[in-house]
Amino acid sequence: MHPVIPYVVAALLFGVGVYGVLVRRNAVLLLMSIELMLNAVNLMFVTADTSIVGVPRSGQVFTLFVIVLAAAEVGVGLAVILRFFRLRASVETDGVGAATETDAPREADAPRAAVRPDPDGEAR
Amino acid sequence: MTVADVLLVALGAVTLGAGVLVVTGRHLVRCGLWLVVSLGGLAGMYLVLTAELVAWVQILLYVGAVVVLLLFGVMLTRAPIGPSPDLDRPRFAGLLVGGGAGLGLAALLVDAYRWGRVDQPPPGTAARIGAALFRQWVLPFEVVSVLLLAALVGAIVLSRRGDR
Repeated sequence: MHPVIPYVVAALLFGVGVYGVLVRRNAVLLLMSIELMLNAVNLMFVTADTSIVGVPRSGQVFTLFVIVLAAAEVGVGLAVILRFFRLRASVETDGVGAATETDAPREADAPRAAVRPDPDGEAR
Repeated sequence: MTVADVLLVALGAVTLGAGVLVVTGRHLVRCGLWLVVSLGGLAGMYLVLTAELVAWVQILLYVGAVVVLLLFGVMLTRAPIGPSPDLDRPRFAGLLVGGGAGLGLAALLVDAYRWGRVDQPPPGTAARIGAALFRQWVLPFEVVSVLLLAALVGAIVLSRRGDR
């Protein structure tokens, strides 16, 4: 088995992910591109695990860790995106900072407001 | 070229092609479905690289959970059914940086490994990975579990309806 094949695939997949992160406007597609980059790193870990002799199985263990991190990242990322969508009715990443400045005070006191009992919101 | 090499080249082509379609497609939902193909191809590569447990975890967690979550995200943000005309920024910077990163890393790795070959290692079964995980990597494992809990709580706090 020639380890250079999966290494090159991983490098090119990382490049594809970088392209997606830079070019895509939609925040969900941005998350998908980040998944591609994380998967490229995983493939590199697994390949290194087969081709580097010495430390046994550590590459595959690290791949498992990265998969768990990716799951956590997608959960929090989607929560942020949905929150943003509720605020602006859009998931375009253009002008996120500038446009949310005016809404910031309302968002800032939201956690305090959430302490009060909320008849219909808890289910979400 | 052994059988493993041929399989790796084929699965790598599938993975890369589907990945390119993910970042260039016009339909939001189809991008998510191409992501499934790409991640499935990667799981196949893991199997060829004898990482059994990682391959099944990949299918279970990525294809089963992460992609479904992303598709939920696409639908909850009311994505249009047809093609969306306005998904991309101007491509030039992305092509430059992405192509540069990908091709540069590829050149670096080709230079480092040439056409050298390695023997197939013993398969990474659940028993072996479990032994490595719980002998050498117990502390990171526990830290990751705390991190998952924190992410869970954070996602709930972020997504609950805070206004009035």
